[in-house]
Amino acid sequence: MKNLMLKKPLLLFALTLLGMSLVTSCGQKGSSAGKGGALGSDAAAATYVAPGEYDAYYAFLSGGFSGQISVYGLPSGRLFKVIPVFSLDPEKGYGFNEETKPLLNTSFGFIPWDDAHHPELSQTNGETDGRWCFINGNNTPRIARIDLTTFETAEIIEIPNSGGNHSSPFTTENTEYVVAGTRFGVPFPQKDVSIDSYAEEFKGALTYISVDKESGNMDVAFQVLLPAFNYDLAHSGKGKSHGWTFFTSYNTELKNTLLEVNASQNDKDFIAAVNWKKAEEYIKQGKFKEMPARYADNEYDESTHTAKSTIKNKVKVLIPEECPGLVYFLPTPKSPHGVDVDPTGEYIVGNGKLSADMSVHSFTKVLKAIENKAFETTIDGVPVLKYEEILAGVVQKPGLGPLHTEFDGKGNAYTTFFISSEVVKWKLGTWEVVDRAPCYYSVGHLMIPGGDSRKPDGKYLVALNKITKDRYLPTGPELTQSAQLYDISGEKMKLLLDFPTIGEPHYAQGIAASKLIERSKKIYPIEENKHPYAALGEKQTKVVREGNTVHVYMTMIRSHFSPDNIEGIKVGDKVYFHVTNLEQDWDTPHGFSVMGARNAELLIMPGQTETLLWEPDRIGVFPFYCTDFCSALHQEMQGYIRVSPANSDVALKWKLGDKASVQ
Amino acid sequence: MKRIPQLLMALGALLLASLFVWPMWKIVLYAPQYPDGVHMHIWINKLGGSTPGTLQNVNILNHYVGMKMIEPDSIAELQYFQYIIMAMIALGLLAALINKRQVFLAWTVLMVILAIAGIYDFYLWEYDYGHSLSDDAPIKIPGASFQPPVFGRKVILNFIAVSLPHIGGYLTGLGMAFGGLAWYLKRKNDRNEKRTFSADVAAAQRV
Ligand SMILES: [Cu+2]
Repeated sequence: MKNLMLKKPLLLFALTLLGMSLVTSCGQKGSSAGKGGALGSDAAAATYVAPGEYDAYYAFLSGGFSGQISVYGLPSGRLFKVIPVFSLDPEKGYGFNEETKPLLNTSFGFIPWDDAHHPELSQTNGETDGRWCFINGNNTPRIARIDLTTFETAEIIEIPNSGGNHSSPFTTENTEYVVAGTRFGVPFPQKDVSIDSYAEEFKGALTYISVDKESGNMDVAFQVLLPAFNYDLAHSGKGKSHGWTFFTSYNTELKNTLLEVNASQNDKDFIAAVNWKKAEEYIKQGKFKEMPARYADNEYDESTHTAKSTIKNKVKVLIPEECPGLVYFLPTPKSPHGVDVDPTGEYIVGNGKLSADMSVHSFTKVLKAIENKAFETTIDGVPVLKYEEILAGVVQKPGLGPLHTEFDGKGNAYTTFFISSEVVKWKLGTWEVVDRAPCYYSVGHLMIPGGDSRKPDGKYLVALNKITKDRYLPTGPELTQSAQLYDISGEKMKLLLDFPTIGEPHYAQGIAASKLIERSKKIYPIEENKHPYAALGEKQTKVVREGNTVHVYMTMIRSHFSPDNIEGIKVGDKVYFHVTNLEQDWDTPHGFSVMGARNAELLIMPGQTETLLWEPDRIGVFPFYCTDFCSALHQEMQGYIRVSPANSDVALKWKLGDKASVQ
Repeated sequence: MKRIPQLLMALGALLLASLFVWPMWKIVLYAPQYPDGVHMHIWINKLGGSTPGTLQNVNILNHYVGMKMIEPDSIAELQYFQYIIMAMIALGLLAALINKRQVFLAWTVLMVILAIAGIYDFYLWEYDYGHSLSDDAPIKIPGASFQPPVFGRKVILNFIAVSLPHIGGYLTGLGMAFGGLAWYLKRKNDRNEKRTFSADVAAAQRV
């Protein structure tokens, strides 16, 4: 070690500056994406991101019935990660290790799957801020929050008094709330009644989940109790309409059987416009009813690397009859599916999926109609505004089966048509159709990065298709779904790329890569690890027996486990391997698997501790090993655990190398 | 003008204090798996790197070829070298106070000797780590040495090692240069004064 002063410091100075400039010129990475628009060059070049280069955008695609989120790069369509959210993932040990099991807890107990539909990025001032990605669980109503520094699920909260959390988790402009409207009417609170009492006994709850500004922690703030329409989708207002949320509904007929016919009779259904700022006032004034509920709130603590599930049992409910001005119904033709608010907040697009035309409401007119009490009628205390009074315009015969609309920030809207399988571009204000592009096939949602925020980035559009048929090599009866990338920077949309997806890419969100790259964590600092069973160095490793339970405090570092020989385990023991990855270098996870484990492996990130429960049912000596190819000596990263008969007196002992320890 | 050498001397001494603020040297290891390099920092009184895990990462890499663990606690220089630097700062300030060119020169020469000794020590230390390899190293490469360069760039197996001064090192070098410059300017001043004095004497004699 040394001190170093040099004989000719000034000369050296010059030399080393030269050396440094050589050194620093390597290792820098730029984004190559999006060089030159697609127009005028060919599509392959427009989506080509050279090896080692970065994509310009992250895209978060829901996995639909896979229950997960997949992370892609745009424009390349390359898959980076599948984030386990609502479904077990044995690859990552998610839902199998002791730390993440509580995330999947609900009032129904542990639920290993859900149907994940709508990723939604957090926003600040109406712009995506790259902090969190929310997504709804449809089947057992839940909302999950993904931390975008780790790309891991940080919280899952259950939505009480709901059934089918579909119109969710759309955010307000500053992520004050994410919302959860129930798709299915349910008895509120749940009770044993005849299904035919639907119109009388069933209700539809719109739930507001508050999001803590700093931690992101979610909580059920309040519910708005409405008739048992089927609340399909939602978007919150922005700009001038900030403070409002719009929920579409179908089945305003209040039917409970053969809905495909019975719920398609009314000429118009409703968009429920909720004034959530007003709701906050009513809550403050105490004008809510506290109703019984039962729901789980599960939070993952990054310092203990462990999730905790809490069951809560009350919810504040606002009833429109008692809270004038809280909710209005906007009549909208024929079972509107998506409801989309343009970047200025003025236009509310109702995508009437069974309608020949598309109706667009004006927020200014909505306010005026409210002021003038231009009501058609009132349903359960909710005024129904006059359709003609709030209409901004109609897009005439744009296509068949409009589902969703996003915006490019340049005055254009893009709507997907499921039946006619196309994306149609039209102009806000003039309502004229200016372009259409086919999708392969049956497009559902579409996504423009920031396309449902105040600041769309109108370069790319991704169509998310339900059916692929002949588009790819066949894989038996079950075929992939797909995403299709269009360049929308010019007048005409141009199809650039078509790529298969994980599960059903129901909805997606996109964000400039530059908003996330710097925030992405590389390791978990070991000194911040507060896991109760962590061994923060090899000196802390040990094996402790408590009755039939054995805790193994184990560490892993290239390229060995400590300890790697364990004896004194007995048949019938519950062995908890608490394994800490001591690495502090980027991209150095290790895996842990042990023969006969009836759950999964552990995949442990640098500085993290995870726990695998192993219940040996037979005597013998069983190997364990590292599953993630970690180093040149990865294959040597292995060990043994000896299991003796239940009544044996083999002493508990363990070792690494020649240093043996005994309890 | 007359005070410049004295000020340079004081400033030169104070620049050594930068060694307590910044590392004096760095060794950066590049490999395909480390596109941004593993940046190891050598301070006057500790070892570290661009991340808290750097030293551990270097040790993990080194253990494959049987190099010793780098354990800062076992490196005596890290304990006492800081006191030498503190002493040199004090001596430098004292020299400025005395304000004699011979004292400036003495301080600078002493610093140069210390620097050379320090670099030689650095070399020995690197030599030891690069050559004292464990007999049971997982990877043995006959005849290979893993000694990083003292200064400059060297290929070591799959790594490119680059060894350069860090900010503290540069500023210390600058401090020595200031010491030397103080001596040089002081000598010039003194000669001018002498010449002026002789001229005065000559003029007086002429009178
Ligand atoms: Cu490993």
